[in-house]
Amino acid sequence: MTNPLFQKDIISIADLSRSELELIVTTAQSIKKKPRPTLLSGKVIASCFFEASTRTRLSFETAVYRLGGSVIGFDSGGNTSLAQKGETLADSVNVIGSYSDAFVMRHPQDGAARLASIHANVPVINGGDGANQHPTQTLLDLFSIYETQGTLEGLKIAMVGDLKYGRTVHSLTQALALFGCEFFFVAPEALQMPAYLCEELDSAGVSYQFSNELEAVLPQLDVLYMTRVQKERFDPTEYQHMKSQFVLSATMLHDVKPNFRILHPLPRVDEITTDVDATPYAYYFQQAENGVYARQALLALVLTEDL
Amino acid sequence: MNKLQVEAIEHGTVIDHIPAGMGVRILKFFQLTDNGERITVGLNLRTSDGGSKDLIKVENTTFSKEQADQLALFASSATMNLINNFEVVDKYQVQLPQSIDRILQCPNSNCITQHQPAQTRFYVNHSNCTPTLKCQYCEKSFSVGLFKELN
Ligand SMILES: [Zn+2]
Repeated sequence: MTNPLFQKDIISIADLSRSELELIVTTAQSIKKKPRPTLLSGKVIASCFFEASTRTRLSFETAVYRLGGSVIGFDSGGNTSLAQKGETLADSVNVIGSYSDAFVMRHPQDGAARLASIHANVPVINGGDGANQHPTQTLLDLFSIYETQGTLEGLKIAMVGDLKYGRTVHSLTQALALFGCEFFFVAPEALQMPAYLCEELDSAGVSYQFSNELEAVLPQLDVLYMTRVQKERFDPTEYQHMKSQFVLSATMLHDVKPNFRILHPLPRVDEITTDVDATPYAYYFQQAENGVYARQALLALVLTEDL
Repeated sequence: MNKLQVEAIEHGTVIDHIPAGMGVRILKFFQLTDNGERITVGLNLRTSDGGSKDLIKVENTTFSKEQADQLALFASSATMNLINNFEVVDKYQVQLPQSIDRILQCPNSNCITQHQPAQTRFYVNHSNCTPTLKCQYCEKSFSVGLFKELN
């Protein structure tokens, strides 16, 4: 049976159905259990980073090598002759696509991956386009949640930190909304979830509540998704006050459920104190490792007809 | 009162019932003056119900339904009258389309369409009383008022 993601572009989480998300997550799990070191042998994957992003690039390239594929590409578009000669993105994608079986790209401008997908003859995988989408981050988040909870269905999840500007939080919320999860949005008022997203949740009948007290919601949760609040967004006294409400420390974890897990897209600064790392609830380092499995799953599905 | 208050045309299109004040904007936005045909514009014309409207006549030009529907963004009440031999041979009211292609520029300055050659497409969200447009590329939604005329 042809898998539904075969030869498909992966540009935005909103393009993926609930069953496609499940397929990616379960494929990631099966590859993690049983590696497939020759699945992509003979395949060439272009890894084109028009903007530097070391961890995402290394994670993608590791995923290709672990499946037996080869990588061509560049790690910073500004240094390439493409940029110096002023070639359009459409032409670059067209040519590099003709050398390769799939095109992984990161670009500083919003919507670049969609534009590339219109011009490429091979599937385009978005490794982040400006402030817009970073779908593989969401896929690894979903995989980590699935792995720790055994399901994506009906979970109680708190999103904490900068919910206004955090694109990872937005996509993850949209994806989890397809699975009947219930949300707690914990953020300073100025950084709360944008209205358009709440309207989307309303019209989908998804239940959510706002809070500005992290500790109060912890005992109800299955998953806590922490993000960083940038200090620059506040004046120093405001920041000190805010820190006391939105910093997670080990002492706050006395009443949590046994299946409770903490995720964070990393890097963290000081929103999770290091004493949390040793608790059974911390899962952010495994989550980072899961990025490779989620990207392996995606590449495998996009390039293998009957996986 | 059906008599048009500006000179009749032999062949072409009359865009009627444009809300007063929108006529000039529509001319600019849809670059109607670009094809060199004679255009007659009536602004603040009295209507039978005591209100006022704008009206645009473009000679020797017909619009596809798709092109005409894009006018609905600014003039949901507009009607298109196709004229042949001084007679109205077809008449219909514009309707908001599913998407607006090519004619608008994305208001997001970091959108790829502002930096690379691309044909823009905006998906129309009809669910609110004031429609919003979502960019196919950067996936951001904007209200109609935020769009500028193409230069
Ligand atoms: Zn845009």
